[in-house]
Amino acid sequence: MDPGSAWLPWAVLIPLGGAMAGLLVGRRGAAPVAAVAALLTVAASLALLVEVWAGPAARHFAGGWRPPLGIQLRADGLAAVVLASLALVGGLVTAFALGEFGRRSRLSGLFFPLWLFGWAALNALVLSADLFNLYVTLELSTLAAVALISLANRGPAFGAAARYLLLAVVGSLSYLVGVALLFALHGTLDLPSLGARLSGGPAVWAGLGLILTGLCLKAALFPLHTWLPGAYQRALGPVAALLSGLLSNAPFYVLLRLWLELGSGPLKLAAGQLLGGLGGAAVIWGSLLALRADRLSSVLAYSSVAQFGYLFLLFQLDTPAAWAAGAFLLISHATAKAALFLAAGTLQRAVGHDRVDGLRGMAGQLPPTIFAIAVSAVGLIGLPPSGAFIAKWVLLRAAAERGQWWPAVVLLGGGLLAAGYCFRFLRELFIPGPQPLRLRKIPAPLQQLATLALAALGLGFGLWPAAPLRLLGVGWP
Amino acid sequence: MTPWLWFALSAVALFAVGLHGLFSSRQLVRQILAANISASAVLLLLVAFARRAPSGDPDPVPHALVLTGIVVSVSATGVALALARRLRVRPPGSRRR
Repeated sequence: MDPGSAWLPWAVLIPLGGAMAGLLVGRRGAAPVAAVAALLTVAASLALLVEVWAGPAARHFAGGWRPPLGIQLRADGLAAVVLASLALVGGLVTAFALGEFGRRSRLSGLFFPLWLFGWAALNALVLSADLFNLYVTLELSTLAAVALISLANRGPAFGAAARYLLLAVVGSLSYLVGVALLFALHGTLDLPSLGARLSGGPAVWAGLGLILTGLCLKAALFPLHTWLPGAYQRALGPVAALLSGLLSNAPFYVLLRLWLELGSGPLKLAAGQLLGGLGGAAVIWGSLLALRADRLSSVLAYSSVAQFGYLFLLFQLDTPAAWAAGAFLLISHATAKAALFLAAGTLQRAVGHDRVDGLRGMAGQLPPTIFAIAVSAVGLIGLPPSGAFIAKWVLLRAAAERGQWWPAVVLLGGGLLAAGYCFRFLRELFIPGPQPLRLRKIPAPLQQLATLALAALGLGFGLWPAAPLRLLGVGWP
Repeated sequence: MTPWLWFALSAVALFAVGLHGLFSSRQLVRQILAANISASAVLLLLVAFARRAPSGDPDPVPHALVLTGIVVSVSATGVALALARRLRVRPPGSRRR
């Protein structure tokens, strides 16, 4: 039987093959192999984007077998947009890492294969269309993330990685119990057919509730967010960028998929209210902690807790416009946070520390990096012309139309608090220092360029939103 | 009480035991063991759900899921044990300057 579009498996196989090739050639060749694999993966992702743009959602049936026995890979508008953002952010962080890790160093030989493996897992996750494939790819991306965190090779990093792994495993097991319940009741794992067959009843709601809990634990929704700050603060710069921009978004993407395709009715409404409430609490709690943090990486870590909270407001405002805004918010945060973590890593390597009050006068030393920080801060706060501004505007309108005051309060208050903690470190950076700082390590031009490009991407979404919006509409569930 | 109901109930009990062990232990290796118990419990639940008819052949799809789940849990255990070894050699709180 015809297996369907060929680009889908290539988007998964190319980074996977690159990872294995990188491990085989060892430290010497890992960086060039990674560069080639990254370019090819970006090309495959964009080819898939072009294919989905033209027509209906692209599908691929592994081995030519159809569901419910076969595994189906599907790329509709949402998947294509998220895949493209994975490609762009991942490609730019890879470019940064090519400049950051010395040639033939131990870190170079380990980082690139692990990251490519994680990239393959994320691509497979985005393209999955059945519950169990989502579980497997989510686990794979978690393992890659844990290994990447532990590359920092220090006691606290290992501790943070171990904590993340254990909590992620608990989340995955909860998810798997839910999947088992749903399969036992309906006999299929394939998402489209499950959505059609889903009945009500306590067993179904128990299964969906377990899945929800597991995914919220992995997505670091307040109050299950405790593993996140430690992991983000102790990871290396590029690793923290990958974590915050891509790997931590994976559980939220799975949640989004399941929400859109499964379930309806009053209990879903109640669950949406709960998620929205917790998301708002995350925004406020994370922002307050970010205001008080003393290290730049801590500020960014708590800011990530807050930004992930915004995404959960979507479940309370259940409208198609809100979902499109949510996709925008996801991508905008990915680019802004990745750029900020890369820049924070650059500053740490340059000065030897990342205490916020010790960064005085850096603006004169590393202009492109500091400019990228400022542009990314615009994206975090949600000022025009960033994509985050458009997303928040749409969400505010949706909240006003539905008469829900909590999301509106959170959106406005969260923006204010974000401005507070962003201006805190921006102020330090732009005040002239007492004497010129001597830099320990000047970043390569490639690194500064990659950071700047990431920040500019976030603005690009704001300046030209029409194309992504049209793409999101393709095959909307 | 059919046999499959025994399987399912003991799976739930084991899952609870594993979770309790995970959150109440102070040592990483014990937490890994507890997580393994919970994982095995979930897989047992899947096997119990493979029953199709009281006397017929079981459904092979959950068995395939269980095999994949075993592979995933072994990989995760491997990574966790590697981390545990590094934590034992270099306890948390020590930093290499």
